Amino acid sequence: MSPLSPDTLTSRPADAAEKTFDAPGTTDVPATEPVLALHDVRITDRVTDREIVHGVTFELTPGKAVGIVGESGSGKTLTCRAALGILPPHFEVAGGRIDLAGTDIATLTPRQWTDLRGATISAVFQDPASYLNPAIKVGAQIAEVIRVKQGLKRRAARRRAVELLGAVRLRDPELVYGQYPYELSGGMLQRVLIAAAIAVEPRALVADEATTALDVTVQAEILDLLAELRERTGLALVVVSHDLAVVAHLCDEVLVMRQGEVVEQGETHAVLHDPQHDYTRLLIAEHDSYGLDKFLAPKEAS
Amino acid sequence: MTTAATETKDAVREDGPGPVLEVTGLDVHYGRGRKRRRALHGVTLDIAPGEAVGVIGETGSGKSTLARTVLGLVPASAGSIRIAGEDVSGYGPRQWRDLRRRGVIQYVFQDPLRSLDPDLTIEDSLVEPLLIQGVRREEAALRARSFLDRVHLTTDLLARLPGELSGGQRQRVSVARALVTEPRLVILDEPVSALDSANRVQVLEILKELRASGVALVFISHDLGSVAGTADRIAVLHQGELVETGTAHEVVNQPQHPYTRLLLGSAPTLRGKPADRAEREALRALLSA
Repeated sequence: MSPLSPDTLTSRPADAAEKTFDAPGTTDVPATEPVLALHDVRITDRVTDREIVHGVTFELTPGKAVGIVGESGSGKTLTCRAALGILPPHFEVAGGRIDLAGTDIATLTPRQWTDLRGATISAVFQDPASYLNPAIKVGAQIAEVIRVKQGLKRRAARRRAVELLGAVRLRDPELVYGQYPYELSGGMLQRVLIAAAIAVEPRALVADEATTALDVTVQAEILDLLAELRERTGLALVVVSHDLAVVAHLCDEVLVMRQGEVVEQGETHAVLHDPQHDYTRLLIAEHDSYGLDKFLAPKEAS
Repeated sequence: MTTAATETKDAVREDGPGPVLEVTGLDVHYGRGRKRRRALHGVTLDIAPGEAVGVIGETGSGKSTLARTVLGLVPASAGSIRIAGEDVSGYGPRQWRDLRRRGVIQYVFQDPLRSLDPDLTIEDSLVEPLLIQGVRREEAALRARSFLDRVHLTTDLLARLPGELSGGQRQRVSVARALVTEPRLVILDEPVSALDSANRVQVLEILKELRASGVALVFISHDLGSVAGTADRIAVLHQGELVETGTAHEVVNQPQHPYTRLLLGSAPTLRGKPADRAEREALRALLSA
């Protein structure tokens, strides 16, 4: 795995997950065409006139999962926000290009953005409670998304919302529909947010530290759910985490970011087993030093 | 480890080899009337002198309740607690305060900013437990220095305030403060959870050294990885009950209870396999049945 130039990326062989791609509602673009493509994306802070993200390139084809790993401040969240068109006020994409379903997002009007968000690309973030209105029942908040985006009538939207709560494996969807955010645990809230995010059948989902605040068993449940959605519907994923293992769990390709720079990028298995950059090695070593792996029997002999 | 314990701790010889902590059939409830909720049920756990026991549990498992009950901060509704042979089950607030003051049992919590007085210098924080016991100031200051050394901090920090230290340094000061009274047992509730990975490794190393020095440790955490390398034994708490107890090696490599197996199978590792998913699914079904 050599240091990456943008060209080596597009020639990557199609991964196995793409074969399962036959989801309904996504037939307008061939399976091999990327849902999201970043080409040498650079983000600057207009106030200080400093470049914060120094060139990120990856392609997300349907059913694929790309992981971005790095410490806080490495630019992984800014990169995602740029792809979602929600950069904080004084940040801007100053170089490179982001294509969403074949359209350069720099050319999008606010109205076009509104059409794309939720329907083509969607996102889940770390703290689910802060994305829900505490005074409105969670089901109604999902149903509202469906009414606005798909133009369904109240009753149909309700039925669909309950269906979605079931699809994210909430045990009693009817009950959860009528509950307020404070009545649900962190894991349940994150499921509700995922249900809302996939409500209009987006083709790509950005999960930015979506499991960081959760217990390990709940984290695994959410990661398994994302893997299942990916297989079942061909949903493409961008998984952002400070935890290499979380990314390794789900992704075919991984980008290791540090201080705004992609220091290593490649097929996950290759990056984990033959890391090229010192920072990647450090991340793996840290994991080995306090992660569970080294206490499991096979390695304990050494 | 037990030989090191008997060499360094006179108290161990005096009290004989009995456990430093014996918890038997412990029940704890919160709230009253219709809101009464069970937090712990039938918890039985012995800690031998110098032994390090990890208690693993997730949100709501009752792990912090266990720590707080053993420190007399939460009353038990049933069961008994013996600390260094002393039956403390029926103790009232004053007796508990006396017990804690004697420094036989000490504690370290997750957030050192909240357990260290922000207006006291590190030196004052460290000598305070000793002054309460009536140790002379000079003697106390001397001991504070030696314990700062035990947690690999330099004496130039003594004059600083907690706010001027890094998170890792603060947590090490908390550990030193817990040690100055030369306790038989230290309860650590999520001592490394708020730390970044470099500091986490450092604090875990210090805990390993502590274990070698003969202090018994109860290391409470949600993270199996940080406990596995530090504890002799591991106890797994699930919904207020201890579902499994064994040597660290046994629990990590031959987990018996479905919850322990799920916990192990869920921990993010760099060696995950797709097959694990089906296994987790089966365990979840088993647990919710």
